[in-house]
Amino acid sequence: MNDMTPITTVKDWETDQEVRWCPGCGDYAILKAVQRTLPQLGSDPANTVFVSGIGCSSRFPYYIESYGFHTIHGRAPAFATGIKLANPDLDIWLVTGDGDGLSIGGNHLMHVLRRNVNMQIMLFNNEIYGLTKGQYSPTSREGTKSPSTPLGSIDHPARPCAFALGAGARFVARGFDVSKNLPDVLKAAHAHRGAAFVEIFQNCVVYNKDVFDDFAQPKGAEDRQLWLEDGAPMLFAGGTRGITLNHETLRLEVVEVTDGDWQTAKVIVHDVTNRAIAHMLVEMPFGPFPMALGVLYDDPVPTFDDMAIADREHAVAGKEPNLARLLASGQTWTVSGTVDESAGHPARGMVSK
Amino acid sequence: MATQQVDAPQDAETPEAVVVRFAGDSGDGMQLTGGQFTLSTALAGNDLATFPDFPAEIRAPQGTLFGVSAFQINFGSRQIDTAGDAPDVLVAMNPAALKTNIAAVKPGGLVIADTGEFTKRNLEKAKYTSNPIEDGSLAKWDVLAFDISAQTVEAVKPFGLGNKDALRCKNMWTLGLALWMFGRPRKPIHDWLRAKFKGKAELAEANIAALDAGHAYGETAELSGPLHQCHLDPVPAAPGLYRTITGAEAVALGLIAGARLLRLPLFFGGYPITPASAILHHLARLKEFSVTTFQAEDEIAAICAAIGASYAGSLGVTSSSGPGIALKGEAMGLAIMTELPLVIVNSQRGGPSTGLPTKTEQSDLYQAVYGRNGDAPMPVIAARSPADVFECAIEACRIAVQYMTPVMLLTDGYIANAAEPWLVPDPEAFERMPVEFLTEKNAGDQLLPYKRDERGARPWIKPGTPGLMHRIGGIEKAVDTGHLDYSPGNHQAMTDARRDKIAGIRVRDQQVEVGNRSGKLAVVGWGSTYGPIHQAVLRARRKGMDVSHIHVRHVWPLPANLGDLLHGFDKVLVPEMNTGQFKTVLRDQFLVDAQPLTKVSGQPFQIAELEAAIATYFDEVPGNAGGEEIEPNLQQLPNPEAGHDDGTTPRDLRMMHERDN
Repeated sequence: MNDMTPITTVKDWETDQEVRWCPGCGDYAILKAVQRTLPQLGSDPANTVFVSGIGCSSRFPYYIESYGFHTIHGRAPAFATGIKLANPDLDIWLVTGDGDGLSIGGNHLMHVLRRNVNMQIMLFNNEIYGLTKGQYSPTSREGTKSPSTPLGSIDHPARPCAFALGAGARFVARGFDVSKNLPDVLKAAHAHRGAAFVEIFQNCVVYNKDVFDDFAQPKGAEDRQLWLEDGAPMLFAGGTRGITLNHETLRLEVVEVTDGDWQTAKVIVHDVTNRAIAHMLVEMPFGPFPMALGVLYDDPVPTFDDMAIADREHAVAGKEPNLARLLASGQTWTVSGTVDESAGHPARGMVSK
Repeated sequence: MATQQVDAPQDAETPEAVVVRFAGDSGDGMQLTGGQFTLSTALAGNDLATFPDFPAEIRAPQGTLFGVSAFQINFGSRQIDTAGDAPDVLVAMNPAALKTNIAAVKPGGLVIADTGEFTKRNLEKAKYTSNPIEDGSLAKWDVLAFDISAQTVEAVKPFGLGNKDALRCKNMWTLGLALWMFGRPRKPIHDWLRAKFKGKAELAEANIAALDAGHAYGETAELSGPLHQCHLDPVPAAPGLYRTITGAEAVALGLIAGARLLRLPLFFGGYPITPASAILHHLARLKEFSVTTFQAEDEIAAICAAIGASYAGSLGVTSSSGPGIALKGEAMGLAIMTELPLVIVNSQRGGPSTGLPTKTEQSDLYQAVYGRNGDAPMPVIAARSPADVFECAIEACRIAVQYMTPVMLLTDGYIANAAEPWLVPDPEAFERMPVEFLTEKNAGDQLLPYKRDERGARPWIKPGTPGLMHRIGGIEKAVDTGHLDYSPGNHQAMTDARRDKIAGIRVRDQQVEVGNRSGKLAVVGWGSTYGPIHQAVLRARRKGMDVSHIHVRHVWPLPANLGDLLHGFDKVLVPEMNTGQFKTVLRDQFLVDAQPLTKVSGQPFQIAELEAAIATYFDEVPGNAGGEEIEPNLQQLPNPEAGHDDGTTPRDLRMMHERDN
């Protein structure tokens, strides 16, 4: 997709609407990244639809000069599915958040991934409810103090990428708002034919400020971020450390790599089609491990919309849509002659089809 | 109903109409028997109405009272509007079927019972302490009791079926007897059986043998018993091609016809629910008519996907029943706010909550007219009968697109499952109403997505159209531009615009079904109460009462002339299968003293019940008219014993039956 000739510029994707996110919100950076990516993809604004649910992130469509549908809380995947089935040629970007996509809309997110409807799904994860003023969310870490959890939350948080993979997603990727790599992640998502799930860590400067700083802050990022690349060894910290699989415990481990000899250290080579490793990567805890970023898994299968088209073509083959014949189907009979109300019964013929 | 109205005398020597009820265990195939008998009745040119009643359990325990499945048909040589009050003939395939249905049979009526099933164990299951066939408790009726089971086994012996499979042919044996009783040809049923058991010739022939044996038994038994043949003339009917149709089929066909008249592909989003699933089943097989069906993960996703499809330029449709409609409420609000076309079909059932899934009720009228957050006006159309649904569905499609609004089409469990003859319409006779999508900017060099036309509708703009990119959503829109706008004046203006658009929908003037445009009493109905009201008013008028029948299709907005019409009557009576919802709407809209007549037993009104209520307005006792509640009728279908829930449709039962065979 990268070799596509841009027919638009960043400017073409900006609307005349005043952006209403809080100053400093991570959403601005994501918006810029998307607006920068779309021309590189050769996308056509007329053929692009941004669909969102409810929440801070879901205001996104208003700021992209394309078709946009700001729907209702949690249900964006269902609207997007209907749009795609009605017009499979449209390029659909779905924007949701941790509350919208994993709390009220968890069911729909599961099914759009399971069905594999061809679209890009961006889940902005800020681990908080922003628009409703700071309650803890399904991805908030245990102990999060918020207006609804003054003593700290007691829920175990949901892990978006693990959820997506568990739901049957065939593309799972991760990035964060201010990352310079985000456009590349989005391009990979767009290149995947099918439901492409991208978790984007997003800084809520008002209610959950800098909660991702432990891995996202530029200082020491190398030691804390593992950027995955298909066919490349899983190295971080400037190539001095890597991820290996302990063949006895069947667990991932961090190993030291000396003089770039990752082969001896048995560092895993990333294979985006390896679902077992993908399951391990999405469960890999940050702290003992670096944060896994980039394309974690990418293994396309036929999409729901393609299958629906094939299904319809198969069902329609050799059939003529004759409405008159359809209405008159089943066993029919004919009443003939004119009716004389005073004289009683009309002459009547019987026809059986 | 396609037939003409005939005010025939009631006490003629030869019957003008006969009510037959087939009742048996849910495994006995009574719905199938009823369905085929219905077809043969239609082919004979009689008018008819049916009432399929089936237990909610997929596999109710055999022989139990609540496992009884019944099918009632009323047919005759005059117009038939209801499934009939009391049966003239009851076919009881086991003791439980006799027990739950016998009290309903007319005194002197015929009871046919299969003694082969009247075993000690089955009598106990039906809570009989002695065998009713032998203890004289059926003296009020003519009883023809013999061993149908044994007769069937004997008839299918040459085909080498096991005993269980042989007994499965009992329903065909019974159908054969019924065909003989009313002088019906067997050939259409033979043809149907051969088609049904294609590739299983021995099963087809066994069933045909059973059918023929039942028919032959009639000829023999006529000489000695109470059984005799009865002939009903065909009803005078408008000339043309006829078929039978159920409400669920009619919804599917009407939606397809509507979408084609609009030149739009049809997108149907549904989620399985009784009794609405049948619409999804029908449409799923008609993809050649540019139909896409989508079985969603839940009711909410079903409507949201339909709205998405409408946004993308298809005609989005969703359907459900009360509880599912409740779940769709928020999404309806979005369709109202974004002003996108959508048809929502509600096959009403008993409520609240899970309520009575397989029983009929009209209690979702408030939900349809008022049941959303905010000022969220939406047109509501109610169908009166299976055949009427077809036109109503086309009307719903028309309004949805011409006014860019969701429209609710109300049917109910009775309409969905019942069958009646239908004069097949000529699709060419309907007005084509091709849709025009906006393809270029509509205000000079500016696009105004919420600029309204003379109907108050905004343009329909498909994503994919070059140069018309814009954003829509659930937040209040600025007049014309559709930009976000929370300002007080704008919200007032947009609320008014949405209200005026719906209030201004052009609907046909209200007609009077029977009677005059003014007088002493108007009986005002809506939905499936049409049949019993129509017959009750006809009977009351024959007795000289000044009563008229008004039946409302457009529940919202109401016909412009309805208020004046109602004010022309001294009294207004509103029979409904709820606690008085339409009555409240009429009072609110027209300040008329509408009086309720309500029944919420899960059973349709009987003609006699309505006749009695009408009579109170004309008797000499002062002050007793109006405000009545009709008690549950334990003799009426549905079977009061079969109270358990979450059910299945006759079509499902037929499919199960076919699978089992």
